[in-house]
Amino acid sequence: VSLLEEELQAEAEESTGAAARSPAALTAFRRGASGVTVPILTAVLAFIAGGLIVLATGHNPLSTYQSIFNGTGLNWLFPWVGGAERATAAGNLQQTLISATPLILVGLAVSFAFRAGLFNIGGQGQYTVGGIAAVWVGSSFAGLPPVLHIVFAIVAAAAAGAAWGGIAGVLKATTGANEVISTIMLNWVAIWLGVYCFQLGGPLHNPHMPSTPVSNNVVGGAKLPVFWGSASLQGLSIGIFISLALAVAYALLIQRTRLGYESRTVGFNPEAARYAGMNVGRTWIRVMLICGAFGGVAASLDILGWEFNLFTNVIETSQIGFYGIAVALLGRNTASGNVAAGILFGALLTGTSNRNINLSIDPTLVQYLTFMIEGIIILLVSTDLITLRLLKGGRRIGVALRRGPREAPRADQGGAA
Amino acid sequence: VSVGAIAVAPGRTVSAKQIGVAGIVVGAIAWVITVPPIEVRGMTPSIVLAVVAVLAGAWSIVGGERKLGSEAIVVALFAVAGAAASANSSTVTLESVFTWSALVAATLRYATPLLFAALGGLISERSGVINVGLEGQMLMGCFWGVYGADVLHSWVWGMLVAVIAGGLLGLLHAFFSVNLRANQIVSGFGINFLALGITGYFLEYHYGPNGTPLNISMVPNVKLPLIQHVGFFGTAFGSANLMTWIGIALVPALTFFLFRTRGGLRLRSVGEKPRAADTVGLSVARIRYAAVIASGMLAALGGAYLSVGFVGSFSNDMTNGRGFIGLAAMIFGKWKPWGALWACLLFGLGSALSDRVSGVNQTLGTLFEALPYVLTLVAVAGLVGRSRSPAADGIPYIRE
Repeated sequence: VSLLEEELQAEAEESTGAAARSPAALTAFRRGASGVTVPILTAVLAFIAGGLIVLATGHNPLSTYQSIFNGTGLNWLFPWVGGAERATAAGNLQQTLISATPLILVGLAVSFAFRAGLFNIGGQGQYTVGGIAAVWVGSSFAGLPPVLHIVFAIVAAAAAGAAWGGIAGVLKATTGANEVISTIMLNWVAIWLGVYCFQLGGPLHNPHMPSTPVSNNVVGGAKLPVFWGSASLQGLSIGIFISLALAVAYALLIQRTRLGYESRTVGFNPEAARYAGMNVGRTWIRVMLICGAFGGVAASLDILGWEFNLFTNVIETSQIGFYGIAVALLGRNTASGNVAAGILFGALLTGTSNRNINLSIDPTLVQYLTFMIEGIIILLVSTDLITLRLLKGGRRIGVALRRGPREAPRADQGGAA
Repeated sequence: VSVGAIAVAPGRTVSAKQIGVAGIVVGAIAWVITVPPIEVRGMTPSIVLAVVAVLAGAWSIVGGERKLGSEAIVVALFAVAGAAASANSSTVTLESVFTWSALVAATLRYATPLLFAALGGLISERSGVINVGLEGQMLMGCFWGVYGADVLHSWVWGMLVAVIAGGLLGLLHAFFSVNLRANQIVSGFGINFLALGITGYFLEYHYGPNGTPLNISMVPNVKLPLIQHVGFFGTAFGSANLMTWIGIALVPALTFFLFRTRGGLRLRSVGEKPRAADTVGLSVARIRYAAVIASGMLAALGGAYLSVGFVGSFSNDMTNGRGFIGLAAMIFGKWKPWGALWACLLFGLGSALSDRVSGVNQTLGTLFEALPYVLTLVAVAGLVGRSRSPAADGIPYIRE
């Protein structure tokens, strides 16, 4: 990536005469440019690719894009949208933000690990055990005062997630076990643990639902207050603010604390960090504990915010941890990037979900189209090169257009001499 | 004479390593005696044996065999848990779960798809490309195998269609990994999503709510004429599926290819030191492409076994994480074909046991499903220093 970025940069300098700038300014510029433009362009590309797949089923391109866009609810931001359309848009935007809430946090769970040089694929498992803990606490202890109950459930979820992440951290620190493998394994252990808990006859199964493998319902006092939309129609709860607050906390943690400094140093070069007197293993463990806590809280906000119970098939089919990897990559592991990417990804998921694409085709088919679109999005996010090449191609054309007339005579002169 | 060695007779000693191995064996015996055919009732003999195993493990650790010693202790702890489970079950239950001949047959059945996935993953990772997309490639083989067998009326064609579908998805993964220098783990997950969507879409589109037809041509079982009716062996091996035998035959074939042929050497060199391979004139890109496509094809065969060889139909997300278990088996087997086979058999035994336990106690059976993953965790934690992934695994190669 860096090679192409440099190439691209050199070309941009050539055309703008920026070569005279100081190295520090250049680095800042390069970081800023690649940190903002590339993710945005990737997202746009993904959006186009998603529309193309829908197109392949033989529907009008413009109306498809429009229905995806309207499905995200982002048209709510336009002042001219009014009446019934505005009400629908508000509902859709609530859904977008509801899906963004955990995505931001699961993204942070991946991001913080990335900063410390670890690849946390375990967001899914940390999310799952967090969900188990949140739904257990939320559906028990009915006598607790509401605020206390919510805090208890969130803390329990954070602790469960932290424990799950911590296992990978401890294994990495003490035995050198590759965290990619251990977190993938822990994901599956968590899933089977969840299925075990809530299956028919399982220890946490809802006894009032003898034929459905589901948990007990979260009691009223443990539900997060809904501040936008109707609580009975899955409105937006204050969970989004908890998510945003934790993003701010992440930024402070990374930039302003000793652990943040140590984890970044370890991420750059563990050997150098060790030589500088840092305890690399301990840093890894702490980072994975915090990552796991992020994943656990993400689940608790879903459970207490709108889900209120856990079905075993939801546990088995949830893919949120993997979306989190895409969010972290798209968000360049920064707090603001994760928030933006989380909302963007939430919008993509909501906009392309079967609820919002009115294709007048079988809804089950649309569900699988959505999977395909997600696959393409994740594939696109896995690499910057497509976007970079497109950018480069675009600039080349731009440079050629601007330079064209000037360059032609110069080449002629060269030929004559 | 090293520390920890024991003098058993004048001039003869037993090394710490031997003590560690003995500890593992004794630990295993502590559990084995509690299940049929021996079926010792009560915990005491098991606990005694387990204590012996722990002591041997501790001795071995003192003698410098840290890993082996801790393994003995872990085995002993698992054995005590297993023995406790046996002690709390009735003999009827035990005998219905541990019908060894049926258990072996079921183990082979469950291990076959994992084995193909594991060998696929092995080829890819040996060339330096991590293939998390195994799950998706398997799923493609699963569906397109049924589709081919249905439309072209023969399981042979079904297998061929499956292999092509898996190969195409492998090609996509290779394009992203080699040309676009993607983060291979992320692109692998993308592949999995894509496969989930594609197979689900075409399942609905072609077959609708009724699902795939029930009378497709299936991969036959191999009836071994000599031992087919010979008690234990007959039930265990007498009528295993053709794909099971092909999978097992692939293990020595792949070992030979990887470690005894020029092509295998090239493949491994690209996975270990791509720069050096490039310098001597090998095309890193081309070899990686070939490896990843082959990987997708093998995984697809495993998937096709599941649908065309075993179940006879396709249902949505049928692989259900088997690609990941295959990946785990490959790592557990230290990136070697034989190791992968043993790991797959172990995981297959876990699934077979889980199946049997579910028949007696559904709740407990679910926990057994998690066993392969827990074992892999224990393995990656314990195998430190002895196993190592190919040096360039997961790192895109950039020519200078």
